[in-house]
Amino acid sequence: MKPTTIGAATGIAFILALAGIASAAGGRDTIIASYAAAAGEPLSAERGKALFMGTHSSGKPDTPSCITCHTDNLKGPGKTRAGKEIEPMAVSANPQRYTDPAFVEKWFGRNCNSVLGRECTPLEKGDLLTWLSSL
Amino acid sequence: MARLDRILGVLGASSLVAALAFAAALPAGTASAEGDYFRPVTDETVKAECAACHMAFPAGMLPARSWEALMADLPDHFGEDASLDDVTRATITAYLVANAAPEKSYIARSVATGDPVLRISETPWWIKEHRGEVSPKAFENPKVGSKANCVACHRGAEKGYYEDD
Repeated sequence: MKPTTIGAATGIAFILALAGIASAAGGRDTIIASYAAAAGEPLSAERGKALFMGTHSSGKPDTPSCITCHTDNLKGPGKTRAGKEIEPMAVSANPQRYTDPAFVEKWFGRNCNSVLGRECTPLEKGDLLTWLSSL
Repeated sequence: MARLDRILGVLGASSLVAALAFAAALPAGTASAEGDYFRPVTDETVKAECAACHMAFPAGMLPARSWEALMADLPDHFGEDASLDDVTRATITAYLVANAAPEKSYIARSVATGDPVLRISETPWWIKEHRGEVSPKAFENPKVGSKANCVACHRGAEKGYYEDD
C-alpha cells in the first residue's frame, strides 16, 4: 500500500473507533437516563460507590459485596468465585460497559440478588452506573 | 491406572483386549482410553452463558439427572444467582441432558442413587482421579482458586483434554 493509502485507512479506522465510542456513550447515557426517570430523583455517584464498596448481610453468604468478585480496583479485572476473569467495571478501562440494556438488566438481576438478597431499585442501579461510568 | 480401572468398571470385564476394543467404539464425549478426553461444549448458547462465570464444563462429566437438577435451581447456583430467561434455560438444559454422561458409564453409575450430585468435583469419579495426585492445598493456590478452574492445571481442558499435567 502507498503511504497515502495507509494514512487514509488509519484515518478511517480512527473515525470508526471514535464513532464506536460515541455510540457506546450514547447507549450508556440512555440506560442511565431511563433509571433516573424511573427513580424520579437525581442520581448520586457517591451513593453508588457506597453501595458497591459496602459489605451486606442480606444476600447470599458467599457474596457479601460487589467487590467479592469485582475487587476494589475497578480499572482492573475481577475474578469469579470459580476462578474466571471478569472484565473491568470502570468505563475508562472498558468502554463497552453498560451499553447493552439487556446485559445490564440480566446482571443487576443476578448480582443484586446474590449480594443484597433482593432486586436493586432503579435509583440504586442508576447510582451504581453513574459512579462506574465516572471511573 | 485410573483410566484402565474406569474402562474395566464400564465393561465389567477383565480382558484388556476387550476393553480397548470397547474404548475404540465409545462415542465422542465419553472418557476414553485415548487420554481423558471429554468433548467440549459445542452449542453457542451453552458456551456463552455457562462460560460467563466458569469454564463451560463438558456435558459428559455429569449424568442427565444431575444436569436437570442443577438447571432447575439457577437462582441458587452454588451460592450465587445465575438466573436465565426460560427459553435460554430450556435450550441449555436440553443440550446438557442430550450430551450427558451415558447411563452405563462409570461417571453415571457412580452417582446413580441418592440425591443428584451437582458438583462435578463431588462425583466419585472426579475425586478418584484427583486423589493422591493433587494436594488439597493446590486448589487454594491463588492461581487456581477453585476446583472449578480445570484449565489452571489441565492446559488442554478447553479443547477437551484432561490428561495428567
